[in-house]
Amino acid sequence: MKDFKEIKIQNLVKYYGNRKVVDNFNLTIKNGEFITLLGPSGCGKTTILNSIAGLIPIDGGSIYIDDECIDDGKRFIPPEKRNFGMVFQNYALFPHLTVFENVAFGLRIRKVPPSEIRERVINALRMVHLEEHIDKYPRQLSGGEQQRTALARCIVTEPRLMLLDEPLSNLDALLRIEMRYELKAIHEKLGITTIYVTHDQQEALALSDRIVVLNKGKIQQIGTPEEIYSYPRNLFVAHFLGFRNIWNVDVIHVKDREIEFKLGDFILNAVLNEKYKEHIHNSIRDKKKLYISIRPEDIKIGEGPINSLEMRVEVMEYLGQVRQLWGYINGNIRIEISTFEKIILNPGDKIKIYIPPERILVFPEEDVQ
Amino acid sequence: MKKREFLTVFLLLLPVLIYFIFLFVYPFIYGLHLSLTNDEGKFTLANFIRFLTDPWDANTIWITLKIAIPATLLNVLIAMPLAYYMRHGIKGEKLISFLLILPITLGSVFVAEGMLTYMGPNGWLNKILMALKIIDKPYRFTHNYLGVLLALIIQGFPFVFLMLLGYISGIDPTLEKAASILGASRWYIFRRIIFPLWMPGIAMATSLNFVMNFTVFPSAVLLGQPSGPTRVISIAAYQWAFEKFDFHMASAIAIIMGLVELIFILIVMLIRQRFFKIVATSGGKG
Repeated sequence: MKDFKEIKIQNLVKYYGNRKVVDNFNLTIKNGEFITLLGPSGCGKTTILNSIAGLIPIDGGSIYIDDECIDDGKRFIPPEKRNFGMVFQNYALFPHLTVFENVAFGLRIRKVPPSEIRERVINALRMVHLEEHIDKYPRQLSGGEQQRTALARCIVTEPRLMLLDEPLSNLDALLRIEMRYELKAIHEKLGITTIYVTHDQQEALALSDRIVVLNKGKIQQIGTPEEIYSYPRNLFVAHFLGFRNIWNVDVIHVKDREIEFKLGDFILNAVLNEKYKEHIHNSIRDKKKLYISIRPEDIKIGEGPINSLEMRVEVMEYLGQVRQLWGYINGNIRIEISTFEKIILNPGDKIKIYIPPERILVFPEEDVQ
Repeated sequence: MKKREFLTVFLLLLPVLIYFIFLFVYPFIYGLHLSLTNDEGKFTLANFIRFLTDPWDANTIWITLKIAIPATLLNVLIAMPLAYYMRHGIKGEKLISFLLILPITLGSVFVAEGMLTYMGPNGWLNKILMALKIIDKPYRFTHNYLGVLLALIIQGFPFVFLMLLGYISGIDPTLEKAASILGASRWYIFRRIIFPLWMPGIAMATSLNFVMNFTVFPSAVLLGQPSGPTRVISIAAYQWAFEKFDFHMASAIAIIMGLVELIFILIVMLIRQRFFKIVATSGGKG
């Protein structure tokens, strides 16, 4: 059952009333892949997950596993026949059943012999380190333990596809990182194809083979964590993955990968990545408005060889490892910097900063969401 | 500090305590005392023995059970599937709820009056049934056992339904989703998830509705045959109290009513507990 080559989702559309919450979603998932749907709340990621699970009807498009039609609006395999697994945000454990019975639930339906059920349930619980809680009821477990039970219940049936709906969002920060690590370990071990939904970019980067960034029901970018992090395709993705300092600029001069533009009274130079070069050249030719974006940690303090600016500090936050600075350049342009340097600054202080040219991303206006 | 806290709690509880003592504890003890004494104020069990050995009186327990148990079961069994289908809310739910609450707010006498006309020999119901050639002469819906049973359903059903709906709507809908993804059919989900979680609510609604039905009075008088087939236990108590003016005897009947209700509730609770245990520890059979 687990053996398939790919899951193909084509032109998936879903409306709530008149509102299009999923707009032509296309994705092909290879067997064993860990895919994350990343986006802010209301971007349609949970709706997509529920559509794939078969919990809500789709309004257009199709879902295939190899040649097997799961759902195309007419042919519809109900959720109980899909052999998928799902972990919900609130875990959805059966409160009247023990941990053992919760995990055994799917196996009992499949009429697995009792001795095998026992063995498989214990194996699954061992994998999530819950063996000693086997006879407890969900209400006697902590949040993390409930989460593990839900995960064990999901993997014990060896689903073809595992759907995880923000499973870590109800846990505290430390536990979340621990569970993230365990999720990854379990995925590496079992190789179950997984679709993971989250709004947390750290989780997405840490866990995924590929990330799908969504906004307003539309795919913004699909790529490996590295691609998404380093080469966001538009301002939305850039912003969602930690780019700040988004400024409108006027181009002065462009030559191959080098571009020179004006920001307030300053002249800045940027080096375009090969991936963006043509797109930016076209945009400049079409006289489109350009925006630049820089991560706070990419802006350096001190005198630089190029792109030197003066910043007036307004707020300094001490965050342990790093210090976060907010302030203005050129009087009225907001800037955000984070630095490892152990400096102490007071509001109103002026400091020299510079921006390495290859750290500046340039986006044309139409990509602004 | 401790003293102050105690005082606050005491003052907050006071209204409830007063209510409870004056409207429940005191009348109950007074009634119990009356039932266990004779006119001279001496302790005796004679009242109970007299009631239980007189076939005309003792039979009222049986008569009342014969009305109350079917009415309760019918109410619960009709309300369950409806509440099940409406558990996630449906269109027009407000209107349905309004229509259901209506009979409760109107009161049993008003409903009985309505039924007497509507279901009487010249009422619409008989006219419609005759026009449709289902029956050829008026059917007797009132002034018999059926009349009382129907009245108890009309008034009890909304109550049971709303209680069951309230309870089942409180069950987290993601449990059903989780079960269905694990491979469970609708029927399996109902049996293994919804029903066991619903059970406490069903037991509660059944018990309360039984108590309502067992103490039936106006419907039994207005819609039944209070001198015979529907001479329920509350009529017996009424006659002893206000026709024969024997409050000792009437109190004994009231205590017996309470005991029967208690026994019924205990049986319901036992079934519930036993059922719950079986489900909770459900062994090999899947």
